Amino acid sequence: MSASDPTETSADRALDFFRDRFDLDDSSLAAALDTALERQVDYADLYFEYTTTDSVSLEEGIVKSGDRHLEQGVGVRAVRGERQGYAHSDDISVESARLAAGTARAIADETREHAPVAVSTGAAGHDLYPIATAPTDVPVATKVDWLNEIDAYARAKSPKVSQVMASVVCQHKHTLVAASNGTRVADVLPLVRVNVQVLAADGSRREVGYQGAGGRFELEEMRDPSRWQGLVDEAVRIALLNLEAEACPAGAMDVVLGPGWPGILLHEAIGHGLEGDFNRKKTSAFSDKMGQRVAAEGVTVVDDGTIPGRRGSINVDDEGTPSKRNVLIENGVLVGYMQDRLNAELMGVEPTGNGRRESYAHLPLPRMTNTFMLAGEDDPQDILESVEDGLYAVSFGGGQVDITSGKFVFSASEAYRIEGGRIGRPVKGATLIGNGPDVLTRVTRIGHDLALDEGVGTCGKDGQGVPVGVGLPTIRVNDLTVGGTEG
Amino acid sequence: MSASQQEMEAVVQHALESAARAGASQTDVLLVEGDDREVRVRGDEIEFVKQAQERGLGIRALVDGKEGRQTSIVSTSDLAPDAVARMAEEAVALARATAADPTAGLPDAGFATDLPDLGLFDPADQNVALDARIEDAKRAEAAARDFDPRIDNSEGSQASSGHARVVYGNSQGFLGSYASASHGLFAEPLAREGDSMQRDYWMTSARRLADLEDAAAVGRKAAERAIRRLGGKRVETCEVPVIFDGMTAPSLIGQLASCASGYSVYRESTFLGDKLGESIAASAVTIIDDGRLPGGLGSKPFDGEGQPTRRNVLVDNGVLKTWLLDTYSGRKLDLPSTGSAARGTGSAPRVGTTNLWLEPGEQTLDEMIGELDRGLVVTELIGMGFNPTTGDYSRGAAGLWVEKGEVVHPVEEITIAGNFGDMLQSIDRIGSELVWRGRTAAPPLRIASMTLAGE
Repeated sequence: MSASDPTETSADRALDFFRDRFDLDDSSLAAALDTALERQVDYADLYFEYTTTDSVSLEEGIVKSGDRHLEQGVGVRAVRGERQGYAHSDDISVESARLAAGTARAIADETREHAPVAVSTGAAGHDLYPIATAPTDVPVATKVDWLNEIDAYARAKSPKVSQVMASVVCQHKHTLVAASNGTRVADVLPLVRVNVQVLAADGSRREVGYQGAGGRFELEEMRDPSRWQGLVDEAVRIALLNLEAEACPAGAMDVVLGPGWPGILLHEAIGHGLEGDFNRKKTSAFSDKMGQRVAAEGVTVVDDGTIPGRRGSINVDDEGTPSKRNVLIENGVLVGYMQDRLNAELMGVEPTGNGRRESYAHLPLPRMTNTFMLAGEDDPQDILESVEDGLYAVSFGGGQVDITSGKFVFSASEAYRIEGGRIGRPVKGATLIGNGPDVLTRVTRIGHDLALDEGVGTCGKDGQGVPVGVGLPTIRVNDLTVGGTEG
Repeated sequence: MSASQQEMEAVVQHALESAARAGASQTDVLLVEGDDREVRVRGDEIEFVKQAQERGLGIRALVDGKEGRQTSIVSTSDLAPDAVARMAEEAVALARATAADPTAGLPDAGFATDLPDLGLFDPADQNVALDARIEDAKRAEAAARDFDPRIDNSEGSQASSGHARVVYGNSQGFLGSYASASHGLFAEPLAREGDSMQRDYWMTSARRLADLEDAAAVGRKAAERAIRRLGGKRVETCEVPVIFDGMTAPSLIGQLASCASGYSVYRESTFLGDKLGESIAASAVTIIDDGRLPGGLGSKPFDGEGQPTRRNVLVDNGVLKTWLLDTYSGRKLDLPSTGSAARGTGSAPRVGTTNLWLEPGEQTLDEMIGELDRGLVVTELIGMGFNPTTGDYSRGAAGLWVEKGEVVHPVEEITIAGNFGDMLQSIDRIGSELVWRGRTAAPPLRIASMTLAGE
């Protein structure tokens, strides 16, 4: 499985994989779907998954463990109106799919006559992450040697570096979707991630710095020293910076967000609120705001699953819909929601390629892919100089949102005071809180420096994690509440 | 499809033997089988019904290296004998590619010999009809919607029931097994008034169906919590006493326990690092982790390495009495395991809590509010603003503003911040109501002063 025909797309290779290994062909898929369709259901689909994940991690200068996990199974869904029946099995076979279909269809009581379903290949999707060598096929010894290099490099950066933890996580996932509307789509998704965490100590004070990167590409790309050394440099720099950082101020102030990962603002503040399920149910603070102004003029936000090699990108979503570039907010006005099949159908719109799930054991939900704001025209330096007294937040940890009230938070891992238009002292522990439906109306400046994040984001919803990306140019947001300790 | 205990034990033995044959000097194997049912009702409609049987096999293989043992973990759901043998061989090959660690290895001794019945399931629940759980969700949903006309929508009410069997065996000769169940019910209604829309939730979970809170009561409490958030607003930035209610206080106890994990200690990534035996919290604070609490959602007869679970007093009257340790982190610190190894099929043992709680005090939450001159009751926390290395704490919060002993209005879009070490020292009230909704429980508690950031 290590070398593959370069003329084949991911979709071709995945179809071959499931056919050769598990005897899943069009007629056997149709037979399993038939079981679900014997009842009065509107729609049924099968989702087969075969995923290999390996991770190698280092701490205390030792690669202490190698892990390898195989996750395989099939999830079967039957839909009737708003009602979904779901059953899954960790055995990939037509028999297991039929058994699960028998359970999933129990949401509908009435039996019916139905024409046999025929599945055939769906619309040609993208081929956003072609690779020659699966990251899980790269020898463990290579990853071990690399981690040792990372460790040595990090420790040589500063005598204050007291601990280094690093890991290389690789995933290779095969998926196959077959649905009662005839869709039959497959994909192979590579995913790599490198994490570096450094503990710096100075006297009794200790601080952590973290940096990670990854995406859907060959592991070899990350192994270029210019790439991984940059990660380590960042982790060490942040740890050392935090040794000098002071307590963060508390209260409402003007905030400048740096480019890249601070795009998590968009993910939390508006992204979740624009997912189709919450809007169909009218539980989102953005419900019924379609066509209305929700952001300042000049603010355009897109969710784009079609960027080659990005962590949040997908050729097709987990229901077989090709991914798209969806504009959510155009020049300040709400123009689009993100949809899976079910919610699109119930809202009378087209699916947008955002139906995603963590694994075969989960129901698909409308989820983000890569969510970012388009660049503006301002010079980032001018934006900083425009703030007399405020906060400059460059990097963030996690965030969370309450969809209904619209309140969101995100926590800075690198931030500075802005004093008289200049970057001042570093501060730590800053949590920012705001209100999703109005925070973007207070964006007053947009930089020309759009950047996407490094490729480490995982979004959680309903207990399901999926890889996502974010991006942002430098922006200024007025009157955001900063939750530090200094009143 | 569900295998018997004997069949599961045979799979574990086969994996152990296969790894030994492939050259492992030590091996342990965890096999988990479970079936789960989940249903969500929204309004009058069933939103989804989900059913599954799952299984997972995890093999940890250790081989002897020059200066210690080399370790790997592999996991799969394919239990066919040849697949298991192949995984065991792969585990050994993988282990050989890693570095030798002088500390790595299975426990030398001390394995659980008595496996008490901890009341982890009720045989009467084994065949609970799916319809009965749908009915529970419908009752919770209806009670929430009927509670007040301002409850006009919801994210739904969800009921779940799961049964699992765990078999763990290792090359030191230990082989143990236990069965458990867990049942839950959760309601999340929305309240609307004018422009304000709010959601909140209430939940119950237990090992026995009979121990769940009444479904209608779950719906009503969730509705009551959503209603009282209507009209929430920011308050001015200030320093005030903060009361965490029974829903938010457990997160503080969980954070403290994670900072007392042996791994955090030897990695120097906890602010508690050098404080064993010292006062780390107000003297009224006693925190216990007990893996053998009858019927406890965190109870199990042995931990993820076959060591007997036990009662660990983590904090006794404010003094940090022990770290929580598995074998590895214990060896790092020259201390014996505290029976705190948690293990999933796909991961090495790590430290986890079992049933963790803060001992209750005397006052009710109402009494605590009644004597508060000016301050905040936190009913929900969002975000992850906690740094265990430094103790820096800053999280988004929603709750109730109290003046002169009365709740005057709901509060939202604020953060509360402090240093976690200072927060623990300044706990000055501990409530009397201790309710288990998961593996961690705490009564309401008050922190004398925190920075609240708002307008």
